[in-house]
Amino acid sequence: MAVIRREAVFSNKLLPYLLVAPQLVLTGVFFLWPAVQALQQSVMKSDPFGIRTRFVGWENFKALFADPLYLGSIRLSFVFAGAVAFLAMSLALFLAVQANRQLRGSQIYKTLLIWPYALAPAVSAVLWVFLFQPSIGVVSLALQGLGIPWDYHLHGGQALLLVILASVARQISYNFIFFLAGLQAVPKTLIEAAMIDGASSRRVFWSVVFPLLTPTTFFLIVMNTVYAFFDTFGVIDALTKGGPGKATETLCYKVYLDGFRSFRINSSAAQSVVLMAVVILLTAFQFKFLQRRVHYEGGG
Amino acid sequence: MNKRLDIWAVGVLVAVLALGFVGLSQQKIEIQFWYALTGDLGKATVEQVDKFNASQDKYFINAIYKGSYADTMTAAIAAYRAGEAPHIVQIFEVGTGTMLAAGPAIYPVHQLMADTKTPFDPTAYIAPVKGYYSFPDGRMAAMPFNSSTAVLWYNKSAFRQAGLDPDNPPRTWAEVRAAAKKIVDAGAAKIGLSCSWLTWTQFEQFAAIHDIPFATKSNGFEGMDAVLALDHPLFVRHVQTLMDMQKEGSFTYGGRDSQPDALFPAGEAAMLIASSALRARILREAQFEWGVTYLPSYDDFIAAPKNSIIGGAALWVMRRPDATAAHYQGVAAFFAFISTPENAAWWHMRTGYIPLTFAAYEVAKAAGYYQTNPGADIPTLQLARPNPTKNTQGLRLGNLPSIRVVIYEEVEKALAGQQTAKDALANSVKRGNALLREFESLYK
Repeated sequence: MAVIRREAVFSNKLLPYLLVAPQLVLTGVFFLWPAVQALQQSVMKSDPFGIRTRFVGWENFKALFADPLYLGSIRLSFVFAGAVAFLAMSLALFLAVQANRQLRGSQIYKTLLIWPYALAPAVSAVLWVFLFQPSIGVVSLALQGLGIPWDYHLHGGQALLLVILASVARQISYNFIFFLAGLQAVPKTLIEAAMIDGASSRRVFWSVVFPLLTPTTFFLIVMNTVYAFFDTFGVIDALTKGGPGKATETLCYKVYLDGFRSFRINSSAAQSVVLMAVVILLTAFQFKFLQRRVHYEGGG
Repeated sequence: MNKRLDIWAVGVLVAVLALGFVGLSQQKIEIQFWYALTGDLGKATVEQVDKFNASQDKYFINAIYKGSYADTMTAAIAAYRAGEAPHIVQIFEVGTGTMLAAGPAIYPVHQLMADTKTPFDPTAYIAPVKGYYSFPDGRMAAMPFNSSTAVLWYNKSAFRQAGLDPDNPPRTWAEVRAAAKKIVDAGAAKIGLSCSWLTWTQFEQFAAIHDIPFATKSNGFEGMDAVLALDHPLFVRHVQTLMDMQKEGSFTYGGRDSQPDALFPAGEAAMLIASSALRARILREAQFEWGVTYLPSYDDFIAAPKNSIIGGAALWVMRRPDATAAHYQGVAAFFAFISTPENAAWWHMRTGYIPLTFAAYEVAKAAGYYQTNPGADIPTLQLARPNPTKNTQGLRLGNLPSIRVVIYEEVEKALAGQQTAKDALANSVKRGNALLREFESLYK
């Protein structure tokens, strides 16, 4: 471990505060203030226009957790997040391992793999619509030609599969970059030593490389879960709008539906407070776990 | 010394500019108008506003696009909470219950017209258009703007190919089913029948033309304590018909809201029950001969179907702390402007929406619009059917957007074979009523 100077030295006492001020203002205006508003709304009951507002305490939360449909949405969100994180990470790791080899044209692979990340969620979802729309999608027609009754407008399982795949496709690029960077940081000497000891390349990967990737893996688990929970709105909205039935109505999409489509602002606020708690837990987990387990080679 | 002079110069310049802006804004009274129409319809809205602005020099209407209907309504509500509501906002028909319940946030049109002493004749407006936005006693709360209704679009080429008479479209559900089956069996199109806005077209419109209630208390017009009446046997029968048709391949559920719209102009669906406002898109995209006709009905239940109800949006006047009487005078002038027979007929012919007034319909007719655009009068004729009843004046239900989603979910499950038609409707009633009670409790 290299020595880290814990305190940076500024000659001017005001300067450091000025330097962080823009970030603090942004955080305050765009994160803290709305969060406080959500907390406040979640214990109120009011009409959409806020003309009649009264305090109701825990009532909104009680109603939420007594609602089997909300509990269903929680279950769905965890299934969805688990599937997205697992698929996006394992595929990205596989691709990163391939791209990390000394192959001709590996630069091109890397570039192509990173590209999808630059695509806006709504745009990529529209591309998925072109592929999978039951009546006009190219892939749908092929599937139906094979005798598979593909219609995600009616089959909840297919709809869920589709939004999972569309979400995974976007996240692979992100994971790929981190895994590739992680792989490149693995010291060659360790791998060579293992090979000299006669380990197969599979054994080298699982016993040497993968454990050294642990910090990256844990970081990505948290990031992918957060992504699946909060950043997949565009995909769901463009593809299924939460349907059919409630097959793809994740917690985040439900906040939108209830708050902005149905004007049930207080219930929506209560739901976003629940989600806020989830993020706080995930973040706390990340900090606690990573700080204990992570040891970066070479310090810093 | 020079530096100080510069500062003075800049200061004076800023002051002059500021005064200039104040002067400009004092010349004309600016009225904020938030709208939600996109593409060509958005362009037509701006054209109408521009015509008004050019027609007089007292007021300037500033038309601002605010996103989808739902986005615009959300934005208007948020703006009201911040004391900065637009003077005029375009709100879709399902938002009517919420807007009417908003009390001090809105300025009812009948009151606006009276306060500003603007000549105003409510009887000039087409009844189902006006009725949707009126209080139970007939006083108008909002100004109708872009109204549509549901119609049946059909592909004449596909009809011909399947051996059906393209000039004699189906009028009953039995005929629709037979035609759809024949089309699919003959391979004339992949899909026989599909429906956009399923809850609007197959429940709300369906209830009106069959003269059965969608909800009690005159569909909510007479009180917030209404309950859904979707368990009527005719609804069960209809959902069963759709399920049977889905099974035999003559009906294809195409997704929620406007998602199935694309199936018709693309030639995928030979018949589509959708909004009459789809006309412009079909004109632009369809590469085949098409026709439009009235909504099908169950002729053994009702011999002469009643009028359908509207969809679309109306203009609501909102209160804001800094609005003056002059602002509202301008709003009233704008409403009078868009209601003149010539302007309303222009809007109708330009956009394909329903004419606001009977006089506008006559102007369009005299201009030969219905000769050159066959079927363009069908929506109006369907809306203007005689003897409207309590079941055909529209819906006045709180949380209606959520109720629509509930119906989507339950019918989707039925169409996927996960529950019976009866259960789908019973669940819709149960869940929908909970939403109605929740809305009601906000205003107790």
